[in-house]
Order: sequence, then C-alpha cells, then structure tokens
Amino acid sequence: MTAKQRSIEESRKDFDSYFKRVFNGFLSLVKGMWLTINIFSSPSRVITSEYPENRDTLKMHDRFRGQVIMPHNEEGDHNCTGCTLCEKACPNGTISILQTISPKSGKKVLGKFIYRFSQCTLCNLCIEACPFDAIFMGQEFEEAKTSRDDLVFVLNKREGKS
Amino acid sequence: MAKEELAKNSLEALKNADQHPVGDVIRKYFSENFENEFIAHVFSSSSNILLSILVMTAFAGGTASFLIWLERKVCARMQVRLGPTRVGPFGLLQSIADGIKLVFKEMLRPKGADPFIFYLAPFLPATASFLVLAVIPFDKNIQVVDIDVGALYVIAVSGFGIFGILLGGWASNSKYSLLGAMRAGAQMISYEISVGLGLLLIVMLSGETSLREIVFSQYGTVNNWWIFKLPIFGIIAFILFLISSTAELNRGPFDLPEAESELSAGFHTEYSGITFSMFFLAEFINMFIAGAIGTTFFLGGFLPFTIGIEGFDNIMFMIPGWAWFFAKTYFIIFLFMWFRWSFPRPRIDQLMNLEWKFMLPANLLNIIIAGAFLTLGWLL
Repeated sequence: MTAKQRSIEESRKDFDSYFKRVFNGFLSLVKGMWLTINIFSSPSRVITSEYPENRDTLKMHDRFRGQVIMPHNEEGDHNCTGCTLCEKACPNGTISILQTISPKSGKKVLGKFIYRFSQCTLCNLCIEACPFDAIFMGQEFEEAKTSRDDLVFVLNKREGKS
Repeated sequence: MAKEELAKNSLEALKNADQHPVGDVIRKYFSENFENEFIAHVFSSSSNILLSILVMTAFAGGTASFLIWLERKVCARMQVRLGPTRVGPFGLLQSIADGIKLVFKEMLRPKGADPFIFYLAPFLPATASFLVLAVIPFDKNIQVVDIDVGALYVIAVSGFGIFGILLGGWASNSKYSLLGAMRAGAQMISYEISVGLGLLLIVMLSGETSLREIVFSQYGTVNNWWIFKLPIFGIIAFILFLISSTAELNRGPFDLPEAESELSAGFHTEYSGITFSMFFLAEFINMFIAGAIGTTFFLGGFLPFTIGIEGFDNIMFMIPGWAWFFAKTYFIIFLFMWFRWSFPRPRIDQLMNLEWKFMLPANLLNIIIAGAFLTLGWLL
C-alpha cells in the first residue's frame, strides 16, 4: 500500500467518523429531550410542596432540628437528672440548669431547665452531650414571637426525677 | 351544500378575503362626517396605521409577558418544580407584577458610560421586533401590511436588533458587557446566514417572497406544507432552521452572550429597570417571531391541518385561521423552550465551528438538493 493510498484510506475514515459524530450527536440530543419531556409530562413527579396549603399534612423529616424539647411520659416524668452536661456543652449559654435539694432523698435534683431559644443556634451539641436521652431536637418550626421574653422556656414540667 | 362549503374554503376565496376588517368598521362610522375629501382620506389611512400600532403594541406586550410566564412554567416542570403559582391563577399575573416592579426601579448608569447611546440601545432590538411583527400573517385577513418582498424584509429588519446589543454592550463601559456584546454580534451575524438560507430555500421552492403568498403556496392537504412537500429534506431544512434561529435568538443552549457563569449577564449586565426590561421584551417577542416565521415558511401558517377527506377537512376549516397560526407558533416556541432546558451550553469556538463548518455547508447542500428536486418535479 503506497503512502498516497493510505492517506486516502485515512481521510475516508475521517469522513466516516465525521458523519458518525454528527449522527451520534443528534442521537444524544434526542435522548436528552426524551428525558426532559418525560419529566415534563408527569406532574406527579413534582417534588415542590406548597407550604401554607399543606400545613395540616406537613411532616418534617427526622433529622430536622427545631427547638429543643424535653419529652415527658404519661405520669409527667422526664429523664433529666440535672447533671448540667448539656449546659457545659452549649457554646452560647443557651441552657441554664437550676438545681434544688430533693426533700425526699436530700440529694441535688433538677429544679428548672431554662432554655433561651433566642440564643440557640440549633447545633445539636446538648443532645449529643446528654447521657440520659432527656432532651431532643423538636419538629416545630413556626417559632416567630413578638417579644424576646417569649423565647425563654422552662422545659421541665416538674422538679426532680421521681 | 357541500359544494358551497368547499367553494368557501377554496384558495381563491381565502385569497380574496377582506383585508382590513377593523379599519373598515372605524371608517364606516367616522369618514362620512368629513366634508373635505382630503381630510377623510388622511383620516381613513391614518386610522389604519394608528390601529395597527396600538394592536401590535398591545399584542407584543401581552405575548411577551405570557411567554415569560410560559417559559418559567415549562422550565420548572422540566426541573421537577412547580414554577410561579402565587400571583393570579396558576401564577399568570407573575410577569405583570415583575413588569410593574421593573418599571418603578431606578435606572442606573455606570460611570463613564455614553449616556445617549446607553439609553438609546435598549430600544433598538424592541423596535426591530415590532417592525417584524407588522408583516406576520396571523390569518387570511389579519396582517398589518403585506409587503411583496416580505421574506427579505424579515431578514433585513431582524438583523437590525444586533445594533442595539452591540451599542448597549459598548456604551456600558464594562468588560462583561463588551465581551457579551461582541459574542452576541459574532453569533447573531453568523447564524443569520443560516436562517436566511433556510428562508431562501422556501422562497426558491414557492417562488414567492410575500409571506401571505408563501402561506397560500402551501394550500391543500398537510402534504403541501413545505416541511413535508420537499421529501425528507424539508424536515432537515426545518431542523436546520430551528437550530439556527435558536442561536440567533441568543437562547439556550446557545446563550453565550449572557453566559451567567462567565460574563455575569452579558450585554445587559449594566442595565436595570425599564432599560433592562426592553432587552428582555425584545428577546421574548423575537422568540414569538421566530416561531411565527417557522410556522409561515414551513408549517403552512394559518392554513388548517387537512388530510384530503372532505368531512374532516370541513371540520378543520371551521377552526379559525388565527387559532391554527397560534397553535403552530406555540408548538415551535415549546420546541425552543424544550431545547433550552435540555441541552448544555457549547463553548464559543464550538458554536462558531457548528455554524461555519456544519450548518452553512449543510444549508447550501440542502438548497442544491432542493433545487434538483424542484427541477425534476419530485415535490409531493
């Protein structure tokens, strides 16, 4: 095969690959358009939810961090021992734990769990620090208040841990 | 009965339809009150002009705001979102609210910008689009003016919009604007050749340059539309027209002039308020015009979709021509939106390669083949 023939052969290959590229390019464009029209024509796939309308059925996902809550069981008891680990873990001074002496046992127990929401950054450090699973991040997010004083909460409903 | 019906829908009957129905109504009420014939004449001609300007301005504004809403909705649905839903039913009034906001916003002029050209530039693309709207045949009797060289007029006047972009980019005294404007100029001038050749193909096939006559040259069944009448190559010509007009409109995937990631906003970076909204308005009217031109040249304009069966055709003829025109136009507009939200943006050198190394030879080849087909009489 002479050099000239080879060059013709190569240029023919280039020519073929050019048309192949054009055809494959159009094919890939059609694939993309097929994808978008499929999404366009199926309204059920829309993931946007309209907030005030769906308020009754709205459920926040598990990892959502709302205001800190302290769950109470049916007898009104909570798990907090007043150990102040959460208070020490908090970088903002959001939590203050006031301890009292229990009249029953004469030991220090939780008096007031004061939680200042206005200072909280919802960083989750207090929940990680708690060894008794006494506090959790809540699911509430409509927390607008008219006064700063309304943002200070006492989380425990009764003193001590029975 | 059927014979009369057929005669009503014949080509001659469509061609001889009343040309200025609105103007005639106005004249009927007013021209008799003028004693002087000259004043009556001036009034009757100026009433047509004024009515046309009024109607076209209102139409352009309404179409642009509707298209902005449609664009946002289509885009949202293709991205698994909802789009505007709050203002008005289905968010229909959203673009009107945005327009009001833009009108009341402050117009800022960068330091060192040329004030006259800076404020003149946004109105040039809008003017060009308004001028093109004048020759679009919306129906057999709805057209502002039927120019004999309509195709040439469309190509010439739509090229006028580039001036506004180039001047605006230069006058802004900003590097982003200048680069965006230069890109826009290069892109629009290059792709105008392809658009022009695509229209030239139909002018050659139909032997007409008036847009109304081009529509009438497609009279008959759906096979007589130029996209199908020229076998296979009509569809290729239509695809080439779609690609080149997308690029000429500066729309995605060819939105290089305003590539957000590189040029912040391209030629209208420094514009705000009403000046910005003028660029925006022109962009969306141009999209409508591109759809209308594609409809007129390839899809049979205001002619109904007929398949040659008499009963079916009569039902199709009952739907008014403007409804057909708008249905076809909005189909092409939907194609433009579909392209925009499906494809990634090419680089500027890839864009130029596409035009000069692919689109232009393909268009020229297509014209040669179409000429051969025409000579051999191979049209459907």
